[in-house]
Amino acid sequence: MINKSLKQLGSMLQAKEISSVELTQEYLNRIAVLNPEINAYITVDADNTLAQAKAADQMLASGKSGALTGIPIAQKDIFVAKGWKTTCGSKMLETFIGPYNANVIERFDAAGAVNLGKTNMDEFAMGSSNETSYFGKVQNPWDRSRVPGGSSGGSAAAVAARLCAAATGTDTGGSIRQPASLCGLSGLKPTYGLVSRYGMIAFASSLDQAGPMAKSCEDMALMMNVMTGFDERDSTSLQREKEDYTRDLNKPLAGLKVGLPKEYFAEGLGADVAKVVEGAIAEYRKLGAEIVDISLPNTMLSIPVYYVLAPAEASSNLSRFDGVRYGHRAAEYTDLMDMYCKSRAEGFGAEVKRRILIGTYVLSAGYYDAYYLKAQQIRRLIAQDFENAFKQCDIIMGPTAPSTAFKAGEKADDPVSMYLQDIYTIAVNLAGLPGMSIPAGFAEQEGKPLPVGIQVIGNYFDEARMLNVGHAYQQVTDWHLQMPEGI
Amino acid sequence: MEWEVVIGLETHTQLQTKTKIFSGASTAFGAEPNTQACVVSIALPGVLPVLNKEAVKCAIKFGLAVDAEIASRSVFARKNYFYPDLPKGYQISQYELPVVGKGSMTVLVGNTEKTIRITRAHLEEDAGKSLHGDFEGMTGIDLNRAGTPLLEIVTEPDMRSAAEAVAYAKKLHELVQWIGICDGNMQEGSFRCDVNVSVRKKGTEKLGTRREIKNLNSFKFMQQAIEYETRWQIETLEDGGTIHQATVLFNPDTGETRAMRSKEEANDYRYFPDPDLLPLAISESDISAVKAEMPELPEAMKARFMGEYGLAQYDATALTASRALADYFVAVVSAGTEAKIAANWVMGSVAAKLNAEDKAIGESPIAPQALAQLLKRISDGTISNNAAKQVFEAMWAGEGDADSIIEQKGLKQVSDSGAIEAIIDEVLAANAAMVEEFKAGKEKAFNALVGQAMKASKGKANPAQVNEVLKRKLAG
Repeated sequence: MINKSLKQLGSMLQAKEISSVELTQEYLNRIAVLNPEINAYITVDADNTLAQAKAADQMLASGKSGALTGIPIAQKDIFVAKGWKTTCGSKMLETFIGPYNANVIERFDAAGAVNLGKTNMDEFAMGSSNETSYFGKVQNPWDRSRVPGGSSGGSAAAVAARLCAAATGTDTGGSIRQPASLCGLSGLKPTYGLVSRYGMIAFASSLDQAGPMAKSCEDMALMMNVMTGFDERDSTSLQREKEDYTRDLNKPLAGLKVGLPKEYFAEGLGADVAKVVEGAIAEYRKLGAEIVDISLPNTMLSIPVYYVLAPAEASSNLSRFDGVRYGHRAAEYTDLMDMYCKSRAEGFGAEVKRRILIGTYVLSAGYYDAYYLKAQQIRRLIAQDFENAFKQCDIIMGPTAPSTAFKAGEKADDPVSMYLQDIYTIAVNLAGLPGMSIPAGFAEQEGKPLPVGIQVIGNYFDEARMLNVGHAYQQVTDWHLQMPEGI
Repeated sequence: MEWEVVIGLETHTQLQTKTKIFSGASTAFGAEPNTQACVVSIALPGVLPVLNKEAVKCAIKFGLAVDAEIASRSVFARKNYFYPDLPKGYQISQYELPVVGKGSMTVLVGNTEKTIRITRAHLEEDAGKSLHGDFEGMTGIDLNRAGTPLLEIVTEPDMRSAAEAVAYAKKLHELVQWIGICDGNMQEGSFRCDVNVSVRKKGTEKLGTRREIKNLNSFKFMQQAIEYETRWQIETLEDGGTIHQATVLFNPDTGETRAMRSKEEANDYRYFPDPDLLPLAISESDISAVKAEMPELPEAMKARFMGEYGLAQYDATALTASRALADYFVAVVSAGTEAKIAANWVMGSVAAKLNAEDKAIGESPIAPQALAQLLKRISDGTISNNAAKQVFEAMWAGEGDADSIIEQKGLKQVSDSGAIEAIIDEVLAANAAMVEEFKAGKEKAFNALVGQAMKASKGKANPAQVNEVLKRKLAG
């Protein structure tokens, strides 16, 4: 049951072979057993969840159901959900109950999906290992001593440990794709503007984008059908005709031009990861793809550019957490300034503070031109790199992350080495392009198989083709069906 | 030593939109605290701003009214600072690229016309309010006002006296109401001025260091504050002191300005383009659409009053000082009154009454149609000019319309020639001596006879008729 695809689960629900309540209860049981250790969920609310499952069963009975009706989905705790504790992984919001629904939550609700709980994440989505969460680190189900990646580490671990049928994530610099790679699942960051950011707690507004994390590309296509669409409450939401992301899943790949950026295979890429990626490329050749060498010359600049722009936006976005209206407020303070300082000093963790400081610095008078403006200029160059590349190929492929899952604590005190985890993913956010990671094999560490993902980057709005590219591969490989031991 | 004061203004005008600039919450004034604060006004986690198109329309209207450049692309920026009534920790404003660029306004100071250059006008959101008095030892926060749309209008340092600054502020105050973008209510804070004041020696070019007087919400205070600040700066410099750039507040009780913070300790606002909002694009057709909705502007109306109605420049200027006054005057004319007579009455009796009772034209107890009816009774000879004044007073006091008051007070002129002839015959018979004097060449005696006739008619005889009949009889 737990390894079934969304389509299979949907059919079973439609055929009344199982009820949503039964299916949901099964996942709740698994969570009760496994979550105390894996810590994928921050909040589980069985009553709330089962009430939704009951409603879904009524929807199924009435015949007004859709593809995801009755299916339990885990929601990253970055989405505000009415009546649900919504923490964003921070002490700042430890007791915050969502008073409204994010657009993503509304869409899943309307589709009749069941909210299984709120998943753990790096604090305010800042991190690549899920270790910055105030609610504790998350174990990688493939090796419990290792990190699941981040910031959507809870969602990734939940899917990998089969603690949900699928999950949502958000990706500002790789936060869907890197944990997908490290946990052996499929994750897609859509084109910027396809999924509404309304109700998604902002980290870096010009880069944040929500997307699906699931067992397969087919599952992700069904999730995309629910998640995407214009929302007038988000000014950066794109007004486009509704697409069916499953429409091209079974197209043949013959003639597909796959570009390999030489910068993605240079120094810094782990040999074990490189080997897996090369294996996947060979498989694509067999599927009829034509491989071309391309160059994204400004790749190396993407990390410094990102670590100017994302903290700049974050420093401003996080100003609303001031202890005045909601969220953490220090118990004792002498005056207003003291209240601000203590509340924020107590409410935010070290990584969040580091980024607020960087962001405040780069926006300061006298530094703005040298940092923020310069970074914006380079951001345009990075987007141009892709524009040029897509003149030579249809799809870009490469590694998602430079290494497999690392040990908890290994990089926690070395922020720069942690930031390099996103070297292959960040440029995609800076350009606003869609990027996807799919399982492509394993590399052994200390006798344990650790998943490796390949990244697929498409041109703007090419998600249907990317899912097709991923699905074709998943029809001839079974990496995505592997499950960790002990779950 | 001759000093010159240099003044520039920044005016925050609250735009008359139904909802806030970045959310659907109501902007109505005076509601219970925090009842008009939606999730966006409170800045809950995850909420996003969406620009209210009506606010943009208001900005375009203003740009058209001051003949300004309207930017085809302008950018919203975040102004970052912490304050409890600023819920997001930043204000959404416009910084480098404002929606309205360079324009100008001409104001009348005494009898001299002066052109004030507008530097820019930009859209931004208002903050909430901190309530310090209502809770023992605590501050209350009311976010009803948070997100109310403002247009901040900035001038060049073109004004050289308090009188010029006040004349500009008054004209701007009338203009924003005229084009319907602001209700002009200064008590409620819909129109607030910050005044930048510096002094320099006359004949020099270089501007002195300025101090900014914040949040003036009456023209009287503005005048007093500028005058005090000017004197203070001159005295400081003459005593060998230096002026430091600062923000000051005016205290109406003492009539003095006092520094609230020096600019050195001012915030670094860390402006940057708001990534939640796309650049604001305004097309030529957007501008044309707004242009089609624009009312006739005061300058155009003034020219029309002079050309079409033959009014003097002074009268035309005075009658277009406010939209309400101009509308009143036009209504009197439209109801059939000759324009010059209408102008005389509106600027004479009506204005005097309003002035005496400190009322606005909109509060006049005599509607324009009612005034027109009164004026018609003068032109058709029903009542004399003197009687009309009496009727006007009664109408003002709410005693009824012109015709009923004339009837009730018996003010109708006697124009019946038979009755007048009878009166004059009596007067001539009773005043034989005067008749003799007249015939002997004493012209004054004629006027005395007219006076006697008017007296005998109890003032109701039509004076022109009395003159005519008397002349005829004396000649006969």
